Amino acid sequence: MGFLTDAFFYEVLVAGLLAGVMYSLVALGFVLIFKASGVFNFAQGVLALFAALSLVGFMSGQLPFAHVINWLLGTQWHHWYAPPGVEGEVPPFWFVLFCIALTTVLMIALAWVVVRVVLRPLVNQEGIILFMATIGLAFVLEGVGDLMWGANVKKLDIGLPAGPSDMIIDATGMFVEKIEISAAVVAIILVIALMLFSQYTKMGRALRAVADDHQAALSVGIKLETIWWVVWSVAGIVALVAGIMWGAKSGVQFSLSLIALKALPVLILGGFTSIPGAIIGGLIIGAGEKLFDFYIGVPFLGGATENWFAYVLALGFLVFRPQGLFGEKIIERV
Amino acid sequence: MLYREAGEFKTSYQADLATFPIRFDLWGFWSVIAVAALVVPFFVNDYWEQAIFLPFFIYALAALGLNILTGYCGQLSLGTGGFMAVGAYASYKLMTSFPGLDMISIVLISGAITAAVGVFFGLPSLRIKGFYLAVATLAAQFFLIWMFNKWGWFYNYSATGMIAAPERTMFGFAITGPYSKPAVTYLFCFAFLFVFAWVARNLVRGRIGRSWMAIRDMDIAAEIIGVNPLMSKLSAFAVSSFYIGMAGALYFALWKGAAEGTEAFPIELSFRVLFMIIIGGLGSILGSLIGAAFIVLLPVVFKVLFVEYWGWPTDIATHVQVILLGALIIGFLIAEPHGIAALWRTAKEKLRLWPFPH
Repeated sequence: MGFLTDAFFYEVLVAGLLAGVMYSLVALGFVLIFKASGVFNFAQGVLALFAALSLVGFMSGQLPFAHVINWLLGTQWHHWYAPPGVEGEVPPFWFVLFCIALTTVLMIALAWVVVRVVLRPLVNQEGIILFMATIGLAFVLEGVGDLMWGANVKKLDIGLPAGPSDMIIDATGMFVEKIEISAAVVAIILVIALMLFSQYTKMGRALRAVADDHQAALSVGIKLETIWWVVWSVAGIVALVAGIMWGAKSGVQFSLSLIALKALPVLILGGFTSIPGAIIGGLIIGAGEKLFDFYIGVPFLGGATENWFAYVLALGFLVFRPQGLFGEKIIERV
Repeated sequence: MLYREAGEFKTSYQADLATFPIRFDLWGFWSVIAVAALVVPFFVNDYWEQAIFLPFFIYALAALGLNILTGYCGQLSLGTGGFMAVGAYASYKLMTSFPGLDMISIVLISGAITAAVGVFFGLPSLRIKGFYLAVATLAAQFFLIWMFNKWGWFYNYSATGMIAAPERTMFGFAITGPYSKPAVTYLFCFAFLFVFAWVARNLVRGRIGRSWMAIRDMDIAAEIIGVNPLMSKLSAFAVSSFYIGMAGALYFALWKGAAEGTEAFPIELSFRVLFMIIIGGLGSILGSLIGAAFIVLLPVVFKVLFVEYWGWPTDIATHVQVILLGALIIGFLIAEPHGIAALWRTAKEKLRLWPFPH
């Protein structure tokens, strides 16, 4: 096994694992919603994009829908307040926190609208109908996000450490971006927080009950609509975290919503109902596609295999183990 | 007062099962076909051909294909763009390798090649369904496009990676290439749509179509009453991919004339065709046509009416259009899952009794 002693192997592996963390963050939101409402939320990626766009908008004091307002009223408004701090530098910490809180409120409000307008009328429909409805939702959110904040690529800087980590370079000679390490740390914190929330709070217990059996949960007096609202809010917050990480890494732009598609194979690998599965699936996909591209894709196939490797891997999994690594076995009754 | 069926009696089982049981409908249908085939070709110009008619015919063909798979057999596919690319590249390879082959055969063979590829990617559908299958078809979409971009054999090692349709003639008229007349391409695509819509209509009400619908409604129950799921699902994939492949061949050879894998057949193309069948009507031949017309006309209407006539800024109009499209999808799924085709059917029912509904 000559490649195990290869320095490149570990570098590619670590880069892949860290990229996988990013996929996991998006997949986490999927799993939350799927567990509680059986909805396969295609809009999760656009949700992340929307959250990141809003955060950038709030931080720069941009007026929402400025473009539309100016066109309708003939005004020249752009900002409704000047952000504190020196221009061009990282804004003060309290202000970043305030903007994140503001975006969280927005995501919770959005969750309420989605539950009222999209989910409630479609209750009891087949999963595939709900899936297609979330594709529609993705389009609406994308359009609203663009109208609200403009369609250009934005820079998101909330003071996360950037650049390669000197410590790791000194210790191992590997090139690792600090931002990716922070993403991994944040992902770990997020998973622990979600676990604690679902194990030790009353609301968390209700969530697990709904995930287990909708009707039984209803019969003991759990309000389904409230649960859905909470779940979509939590998913919105997870989307915000994912959006911050992706945005800080590669700018806030439309391609952010395409990572949602990459999260689908992650889910298939990990199983649709398992939170640890989402994380491990993300890591496997991230590392797998980087290693495959490095050892097989570039030398033999002409490169850029990252575009499809995850899907083909998922396809192989589907044929042999449809419930994923950690999912519950699918049993069908007539 | 025109739409009446009084005095029309059916004396045979066949007459009762006719696609257009009411004489008024039948005449309406044939007059539309007559106008489309005999009158429009004399007036069609470049703009109408490129912006309205060819997109409509080609998307309608693709929507018919997807509707067979998703609407009739219940297997959601997000790989339409990839399968259209198979048709396009197959037609390109055929046109450049066999210069003597006529265009009709090229389109048909491209469809057949796509059908084979579709069956291959449809194999997982025997074990998985729903959005699991959707992910499997995503694999088709991304893998196929990557392959067409990376493997030089598919684009004849051209320096740009583009494929361009060489000129082909039929009865002395250029069909493809820069010198093709709008009327010729119009008639060619129209003929394909007309013939294959007719084929589709008769497939879905025959034995094979009924087995698709049985699988869609409940696959396990269908298996118990003796429908072979292997044959039904794979035949749905084959027929559907055949249609989509032909649409891809026409899309590349007649409409665009040149194509580049990633740009011409993105995942958005798959969504666009999916939206056509949701808005038009899942499980309806007419719905595929209406949906295609709707999605083709929507941007044109926005451009002509909102931007040029009412003076909306272009970018706002584009965003509003995206929002409207998404909202329509959600709205139709909530209010009328069978799309505009179902609205049309209800309108006809009402019209039969109008103005005395009791």
